[in-house]
Amino acid sequence: MTAPMPVIIGVTLVVLLGLATFLTWFERRLLGLWQDRYGPNRVGPGGILQAVADGIKILFKQDWIPPFADRGVFVLAPAIGMMTVLLSFGVVPVTAFWSIAGDLNVGLLFVLAMMGMGVYGVVLAGWASNSKYALLGGMRAAAQMISYEVFMGLSVLGVVMQAGSFTMRDIVLAQSGLWFVVPQALGCAVFTLAGIAETHRLPFDLPEGENELGAGFHTEYSGMKFGIFFLAEYAGVVLISALLVTLYLGGWQGPLLPPALWFALKTGALVCLFILLRAALPRPRYDQLMALGWKILLPLSLINIAATGAILLLHAPG
Amino acid sequence: MFGILRTLWLTFLHAGHRRVTVGYPEHKPPLPPRYRGRIILSRDPDGMERCVACNLCAVACPVDCISLQKAEQDGRWYPDYFRINFSRCIFCGMCEEACPTYAIQLTPDFEMSEYLRPNLVYEKEDLLISGTGKYPDYSFFRVAGVKIPGKDKGEAEREAAPIDLHTLLP
Amino acid sequence: MSDLPFILFSLVAAVAAIMVVTRAVAVHALLYLVVVLLSLAGVFFALGAPFAAMLEVIIYAGAVMVLFVFVVMMLNLGRSDRDRERHWMAPAVWIGPALLSGLLLIALCTTLRTIPPTAASDTMAPIGPQSVGLLLYGPYVLSVELASFLLLAGLVSAFHIGRNIRGTGTGEP
Ligand code: SF4
Ligand code: SF4
Repeated sequence: MTAPMPVIIGVTLVVLLGLATFLTWFERRLLGLWQDRYGPNRVGPGGILQAVADGIKILFKQDWIPPFADRGVFVLAPAIGMMTVLLSFGVVPVTAFWSIAGDLNVGLLFVLAMMGMGVYGVVLAGWASNSKYALLGGMRAAAQMISYEVFMGLSVLGVVMQAGSFTMRDIVLAQSGLWFVVPQALGCAVFTLAGIAETHRLPFDLPEGENELGAGFHTEYSGMKFGIFFLAEYAGVVLISALLVTLYLGGWQGPLLPPALWFALKTGALVCLFILLRAALPRPRYDQLMALGWKILLPLSLINIAATGAILLLHAPG
Repeated sequence: MFGILRTLWLTFLHAGHRRVTVGYPEHKPPLPPRYRGRIILSRDPDGMERCVACNLCAVACPVDCISLQKAEQDGRWYPDYFRINFSRCIFCGMCEEACPTYAIQLTPDFEMSEYLRPNLVYEKEDLLISGTGKYPDYSFFRVAGVKIPGKDKGEAEREAAPIDLHTLLP
Repeated sequence: MSDLPFILFSLVAAVAAIMVVTRAVAVHALLYLVVVLLSLAGVFFALGAPFAAMLEVIIYAGAVMVLFVFVVMMLNLGRSDRDRERHWMAPAVWIGPALLSGLLLIALCTTLRTIPPTAASDTMAPIGPQSVGLLLYGPYVLSVELASFLLLAGLVSAFHIGRNIRGTGTGEP
């Protein structure tokens, strides 16, 4: 049943990068829809080739490295950002038979580890650019992402306790009766918020914060290096959505339709939700963001863990 | 918390709202007649050029994009050349306000893109139209006291005949 | 050759470790340190301890090193610092310690060779997170508790340092 590994990896890579490119257009169209505008609708049917046009344009832009930047790290940073996101997809089980390492016995930890490494992409970009705005953006990113990693890790612990495994596939299989979003609603909410902060998407995009920081950590980036950051952000959105689906929404499981379609549908709906968040919500202040994390999300996720543990113990056989 | 969810929901509802964007090249936006677009020079009802080369528009123009030279024929003044550099014009309408003869007028046409900047310098031939523009009945020389062929002193509208200084009659 | 990943990872770790001490720019050194930690995680993985590997990446490479980078970023080190580092890197400084450590390494290797290989090394099955957890909260529960005390103490002192002293104008009102 399972396809050979190189095929899986290749298809996943192509689909992901294509999806990220597609999302650059899709998000703008959806934002337009929700803000009573059109968005890019000229290039190709419905404007879908806008992504291609943007890609061509950004590929042919001058790939400029500022003379004051630290060249090596400057080039490395976007690559780190992209790679960590792509690697995380390795453990996401699309269906029971289609995943690169869906049955890795520390799958969830691997995702968290990759998220942790993802911080470097942003922080090093901020440092290597050697400019004030980028540095400030990088510092914000470091503090924000490290903090939210904590809540993310804590919030998924409830799922791990219920499923009794770190393996993504087992977690999905454990949801064949009831999706974890019901018993783990609190954890799901915390995970969603932490996921947004972790991909530094609006409304938590303070590392970029174009009103006050120019463009934040990628102020000095241009050409395809900026494009890589851009694509990594969208791939991150897809990743968080896919993780939410896997951890809380029953993964590929669903009636009638084939599993892969269910997975795609759920992920797509969540991506739309992320875009809706961007369309609707303003950006909080930085101290509000940190206060939300440490004063609300941390206690909430701890309560979630304690409650889950207590209930599991009460229902434990023997 | 509730406010945030409500915001999300309300924004979501906007998916069903009409879009305010006008898809421009296919749908032209309705422009009011007094829209300040491309500048024209109009003619009076007799078909003569209205502009009397008084230079008031050139003085009023905040970006100094009007340039003209006076010429004279049979007592009528007219511009020898009249040049507007539309790459500098800000379409403020000051020239129209300043003009004493309603000669210079702004029209609701804004589609004047060019690939070459010099093509945006419009000469008198480009500016002059054959009609009267927004003021169909007004003719400066019928109101003004200037003497032109076919209209002597005192023959203008609302103008009394000149007093003959050499007669002693009351 | 199932040892190949292990050898590869250890090689990377060793080379990166040398790079750590020879870099003149602090952030570059830290980056190589991250590489060291990642390859150590790889070593753990190759040895069949994925849980430890992941924790290594999450905690050391992902959190601790980011804080290091964070601090170094804020120090605003410039060209003069780099030149001073270069100056300190003169051979006269490091040749003595390096020779001695080399001797130590040789001694270590020779003594290690004398120890007979244990049987456990062949029957190594990967250790999953469950068995680690059972061990931690079984035989090693005391050390876990002690470590948590230490962490709690750190937490309390951090809270004490960072608390808002009323009237001094620090922090939020
Ligand atoms: S519209 Fe304004 S800027 Fe343009 S020619 Fe008239 S006065 Fe000058
Ligand atoms: S267009 Fe009007 S203001 Fe300008 S020179 Fe002619 S008459 Fe005078």
